[in-house]
Amino acid sequence: MRTALSALTLLRPLSLRDALRMMRDDGPLTPLAGCTDVYVGLNLGTASDRRFIDLARLEALRGIAVRGGAIRIGALTTYSELLRSPLVRRRLPMLASAAGAIGAVQIQNRGTIGGNIANMSPAGDTLPVLAAADARVELRSVDRVRTVPFALYYTGYRRSVRRTDEIITAIEVPPVEGAQWFRKVGTHAAQSISKVVMAGVRAERPRIAFGSVAPTVVRARRTEDALAAGATIAEAREVLQLDISPIDDIRSTAAYRREVAARLLTQFWSSTAP
Amino acid sequence: MTTRSAFRPIVFTLNGARASVRAHPMARLLDVLRESCGLTGTKEGCGEGECGACTVLVDGRAVNSCLVPVAHVAGRKVLTIEGLKGRHPLQRAFAEHGGTQCGFCTPGMILAAVALGPHPTLEDVRRGLAGNICRCTGYEGIYRAILKSGGASRASDSGTRNAGSTRQEKTSHAKGEARSRVPRPASCSRRRSRPAGRLAKAGVPPRRRRRT
Repeated sequence: MRTALSALTLLRPLSLRDALRMMRDDGPLTPLAGCTDVYVGLNLGTASDRRFIDLARLEALRGIAVRGGAIRIGALTTYSELLRSPLVRRRLPMLASAAGAIGAVQIQNRGTIGGNIANMSPAGDTLPVLAAADARVELRSVDRVRTVPFALYYTGYRRSVRRTDEIITAIEVPPVEGAQWFRKVGTHAAQSISKVVMAGVRAERPRIAFGSVAPTVVRARRTEDALAAGATIAEAREVLQLDISPIDDIRSTAAYRREVAARLLTQFWSSTAP
Repeated sequence: MTTRSAFRPIVFTLNGARASVRAHPMARLLDVLRESCGLTGTKEGCGEGECGACTVLVDGRAVNSCLVPVAHVAGRKVLTIEGLKGRHPLQRAFAEHGGTQCGFCTPGMILAAVALGPHPTLEDVRRGLAGNICRCTGYEGIYRAILKSGGASRASDSGTRNAGSTRQEKTSHAKGEARSRVPRPASCSRRRSRPAGRLAKAGVPPRRRRRT
């Protein structure tokens, strides 16, 4: 580990209430959950954060349950727990698919859905699913709870509406009507970060979201509108190019991502055809 | 090591025995195992969760110990390659079927295989070992070893989710203690397992015991 341990502080609250007080009074603090992103930065010496708060002991952030018709997923739910959950497999198969496409078993056993959101990577694999499912993010601070539509959560590249005194406590996913679809394209099946990742819901008005093709996860609204209005897939592929803004980077090129995104759209459309 | 006493002991079960470590709570489990506990069978490859060389089992589940703060194993069961004592059927099978060449990935491979439980299918093995990279074998020997040995089919897999009866656990602890040859630095004291709760309730600080 290249980061000096002596420079790091870890607060370890036992209750959510204590955690929220610490977030308000002792911040700014970086929350630790599965540590699968934070420790990569600490190991490589690229992390700038020095003060952390460990959420691991907050039982209030665990569990998957149905509440008011929606599935409520505690922020500390790991990818393995999502994969094993009959509720998730039955009602949100695209989320189970995404969970199984992240890293490999070792990462799936540790990484959490709250962490995937909080890490703010545009390549986070559960994020297109949450976007396509119109999920909501529950944020808590000492004095309030608020629920933010997932589509409004990110405000730019690695920026979000979460205030420094807030903790992501849960994700709510309302019932999803229609066939669900998920596909991740990377260099290989396991242990790769997406070049393009897509989730789609085939309903009267389709819902389509992409990762790794813009500064944040994006809903392809114009493409959805076009398809809902009866556009052909060829036309929709053209429209899709307006919804995404990929770049050349270490993992892929903008041109490749545009082509693959269009092909994924086609695959989605043909494999979910009624 | 004047800083050592600044940290509260973190108590967990290590290969069936109680371990107590004074370390920064954010120290990597990997470093604590290797440097404080002297268990160097766990290897560091990439240090970013890609290669799986540092795989250990926590409560029977495979994790990358380079991405786990030691604070997160408090009260849990950690199984490292040393916990298999060189006598696990998977270890023999790896040797017999060419599942190991340079050996660096082998501890992680074997522990990932142990986590699969008995009689995994080829698909289980491919998926379960997808996070373990081997640059020598081309994986065929590894998969063959796991499939031929029937995986972790013996009750000796202490620390796995389906760990055997208390009696079996006790037996394996006792053998583990007796066979241990690794000199242990003082910052990791280990001894035969006792209910951690009893010690904590009694306010007994973890004692250090010399071992040869």
